[in-house]
Amino acid sequence: MTGLAFDVSHLLAGALVLVSFMLLYQTRLFALLNVFALQAVVLALSVAWQAYVQDAIHLYVTAAIAFAFKAVIIPVALHRIISRLGIHRDVENVVGIGPTMLAGLALVALSIVVMLRVVNEADALAREDLAFALSVVLLGMLMMVVRRNAVSMVIGFMSLENGLILAAAGAKGMPLVVEISVAFSVLVAFTVIGVFLFRISERFETVDARALDQFQGDRL
Amino acid sequence: MNLLQALLACDAVLLALSVVAVSAARRGGAGTFVYGVALALSVAQLAAAAAALIGRAAPVGLTLPIGLPWVGANFRLDALAAFFAVVVNLGGAAASLYGIGYGRHEREPGRALPFFPAFLAGMNLVLIADDAYTFLVSWEFMSLASWALVMVHHREAGNRRAGFIYIVMASFGTLSLLLAFGLLAGPSGGYAFDAMRAATPSASVAGLALALALAGAGSKAGLAPLHVWLPLAHPAAPSHVSALMSGVMTKVAVYAFIRIVFDLDGPPDWRWSAPILALGAATALLGVLHALMQTDIKRVLAYSTIENIGLIFVAIGLALAFKASGLAGAAALAMTAALFHSLNHALFKSLLFFGAGAVQTATGERRMGRLGGLLNRMPATGFFMLVGCAAISALPPLNGFVSEWLMLQAILLGPQFPQWTLKLLTPAVGAAVALTAALAAACFVRAFGIPFLGRPRSDEAAKAHDVDRFSLAAMAALALLCLAAGVFPGVVIDTLKPVALAVTGAAMPLQAKIPWLSIAPIAESRSSYNGLLVFLFIAASGAMAASAIHRFASDALRRAPAWDCGFPDSSPATQYTAESFSQPIRRVFGGFVFRGRERLDMPAPGETRPAVYDLTLRDPVWDGLYTPLGELVGTIATRLNRLQFLTIRQYLSVVFAALVALLLVLAAWP
Repeated sequence: MTGLAFDVSHLLAGALVLVSFMLLYQTRLFALLNVFALQAVVLALSVAWQAYVQDAIHLYVTAAIAFAFKAVIIPVALHRIISRLGIHRDVENVVGIGPTMLAGLALVALSIVVMLRVVNEADALAREDLAFALSVVLLGMLMMVVRRNAVSMVIGFMSLENGLILAAAGAKGMPLVVEISVAFSVLVAFTVIGVFLFRISERFETVDARALDQFQGDRL
Repeated sequence: MNLLQALLACDAVLLALSVVAVSAARRGGAGTFVYGVALALSVAQLAAAAAALIGRAAPVGLTLPIGLPWVGANFRLDALAAFFAVVVNLGGAAASLYGIGYGRHEREPGRALPFFPAFLAGMNLVLIADDAYTFLVSWEFMSLASWALVMVHHREAGNRRAGFIYIVMASFGTLSLLLAFGLLAGPSGGYAFDAMRAATPSASVAGLALALALAGAGSKAGLAPLHVWLPLAHPAAPSHVSALMSGVMTKVAVYAFIRIVFDLDGPPDWRWSAPILALGAATALLGVLHALMQTDIKRVLAYSTIENIGLIFVAIGLALAFKASGLAGAAALAMTAALFHSLNHALFKSLLFFGAGAVQTATGERRMGRLGGLLNRMPATGFFMLVGCAAISALPPLNGFVSEWLMLQAILLGPQFPQWTLKLLTPAVGAAVALTAALAAACFVRAFGIPFLGRPRSDEAAKAHDVDRFSLAAMAALALLCLAAGVFPGVVIDTLKPVALAVTGAAMPLQAKIPWLSIAPIAESRSSYNGLLVFLFIAASGAMAASAIHRFASDALRRAPAWDCGFPDSSPATQYTAESFSQPIRRVFGGFVFRGRERLDMPAPGETRPAVYDLTLRDPVWDGLYTPLGELVGTIATRLNRLQFLTIRQYLSVVFAALVALLLVLAAWP
C-alpha cells in the first residue's frame, strides 16, 4: 500500500473517531442529528476510499448504502420525528461532559492497546482501522449509557453500527451480502425504534427513559 | 453390510419406533407392538454384538456425514464396545420381553412407550460412538429418555423431586464429561477418538481428565458421593425401566469410564488408582449399609446397585494400578473381574427388579412391611427371586460368586505392587470388599425373607397371584443365564479375552484348556474353582436331603405342645420385620454412618397410651454436601435476583462495563 492511500484512510478513520467525540458533547438534538449525518458522510467517504484502494467494486455499494441511509434518510426521518414530538429541547447528560470526554479518551486508548496486541501480525492499515473501529463502537456504547433521551440513545446505537461498518470495510474479503444485510438490519432496527418512540411518547408524554422505569413489574 | 452397520440400522429403527409409538400409544395393543419390536431389535443387536465379540472381529469404523462439520458422526465397533453392547442388549431384550406383560398394567402407556425404544437406542449409540460429539449427544439423549421414563408416574409423591434431582445430577455429569473430552481434545480440537488416542496428554491434563471422567461417569453410575439421585430415580420408574436403568445404564457409565481412562487418556499413572479404589470401596460399603436400612423393596435394589458399582470400580482401579505398575497379567485379571461383574450385575439386578415389579403388580405394594408369605402365592416369581438373591449374595454355584471371587483373587495379588501406598491400600480395600459381600448377603436374606417367607402382613399380600407368562419368561431366562454363567465361568472368561487384551494389553490364561471345566485365574497350583462340580454337589446333596426328609420325617406322627409359650394364635405382626431384621447391623454401623437415633417411649404401668418406638436415620452425604450446596445456590440466586429489576440504562451500563472489563483483561493479559 502506498503512503498516500494509507495516510488518507488513516485520516478518514481518525476523523470518524473525532466525530464520535463531537457526538458525545452535543447537547441539542438537532445539532446531534447534524453531527450524526456528518459521521455518516465521513464513513461513506472512508468506505469509498477503501473501495478505491482495494479495487473492490462492492464496497462502493456499501458506501452508497451508508450515505443514503445514514446521512440522508435516517437523519431526515429523525428530524421529522423530533419536530412532531416537539422535543427539540436540550439533551440532558447523566454524566457531565468533562467526565464523559475523559472516559471516551480512556476507551480510545484501551481499544488501541487491545488491537495492537491482538492483531500484531496483520498489516498496519487493518490494525489501525480495527483500533479506530473499536473506538467508534465503544464511544457509541458510551453514548447510549450516558444519555437519557431515547432519541439520543438511538443515535448512539447507530454510531456504534458505523464502527462495525468501518471494521468490515477495512477487513479484506468481507462479502457484500453481509454488509447489505447489516445495513438493512439497521434500517429495520431504526423503523422499530421509531415506532416505539411514537408509542412511548403517546403513552408517557415523554421520551425520557426514566419514565419507563416506573412501569417495571414486580420489583423486589 | 458389516456388524457395525447392522447395529446402526437397528438403532435407527428403534428411533423410528419411538416416533411411531407417539401416535400409536392410544390404540389397544400398542404396548405389545412396541415392546415386541424392541425385543426383536434388541435380540438382533445382541446377535450382532455377540458375533463381533466371539468372532474376535477386527475393529470396524464408519463415518456418517452428520454432526460436527469436519468431524462428522464417527462410529466404531471394537471388542470393548461389543462386550458392553452384549450387556446392554441382553438387558434390553429381557426388559422388552418383561414389558410386553408388565406394560399392560400401565395406566398411561403413552407416557412410557415412546421413550423406551429411544432409551435403548441412546444407550447403544453411546457404546459405538467414536468421537466426543456423537458420544455426548448419545449420552445426553440416553439421560433425557431415562428422565422421561422416571417421570412416567409424575403424579405420585416424590417422583417429581426424584426427576428434578436426577436431571440436575445428569447435567452435572455431562458437563464433567464435556470438559474431560475438551481437555483430551487439546487446543487443536481433535474431537475424534482416533485423534485422542494418537495424542499423549501431559501428566496434569491426563490427571484432570481422569478426575472429570470419574465425576462424569461416576455420577451416572452412582459412585459416592454423586449417588444421591440413583435411589430416588431408579425406583420411581416403571419396573422394567428400573431394571434397565440399574442393570444396564450404570454399565454404560462403566463403559464410558473404561473407554476414557484406559483407551483415550494416554499411559496410566499408578497414583490415579488410589482415589478410584478408595471411592469404590466407600461406595460399596455405603451402598450396602443403606440397602440394609431401606424398607421399600425397589429402593433396597437401587442401593444395592450402588454397592455393586462400587465393587466394579474397585476392580477397575486395581486393573489401572496393575497396568501402570507393569503387571499386565494381574491387570487383565482385575479387568476381567470388573467386566464379568458388570455382566453379572446386569443379569441379576434386572431379574430382581422384574421380581419386585411382579410383586408390585400382584399386591400394589413395595413396602416390605406390608408383604410376606408370597412364596406360596407366587411360587414362580419367588423361585426366580431366590435365584437372583442367591446370585447377588455371591453364593456358589451362581455367577455372582465367580466375579467376586476373581475380584478377591486380584486383590490377593496386591503384595506384588512395587509402591508401598498400593501395598497397604489393597488389603484395606480387600477387607472392605469382604465386609460388603457379607453385608450384601444379609441384605438379600432380608430382601427375600421378609416379602416371600412367613405369613402375609396385609390383605393384598394374602390375595396375591403369580403374574403373566411374559414376565415370568423374562425372569426365567435371566435366572437361567445367572446359573449358566456361574456353572460355566470359563466360557465367559475366554469370551472376555479380546476385551481384556485390548484394554490392558494382556489376557488371562485360556480357561478352555483346563480339564473338567475348572477355572484358574493365575495358575492351577494357586487357586481354582469348578462351578459345575459345586453345582452338582449342591444339587445332589440337596436332593438327597430333601428325599431323606420326605422319606423319614413327614410321615411320622407328631404331637404339638399343648401350651404354645402363651401365643396360641400369634398375629403376623409377631414375625420378624424388615426393621427388626436389620437392627443389629444398624446398632453397629448406624451410629457413625447414619447418625441414627432410636427412642423408645414406654408408657408407665397402668397408662393406656401405646408405646412409641421412634427411629431416625440421617444421610450424611445429604447433610454434609447437598443441603449446604443447595442453600448456597439459593442464597446466590436470591442475591442475583436483583439483576431482574434494573432500568434500561443500568442494563446498558452492565453490558458496557462487562465489555470494557473483558477488553481490559485482554489488554493486561501477559
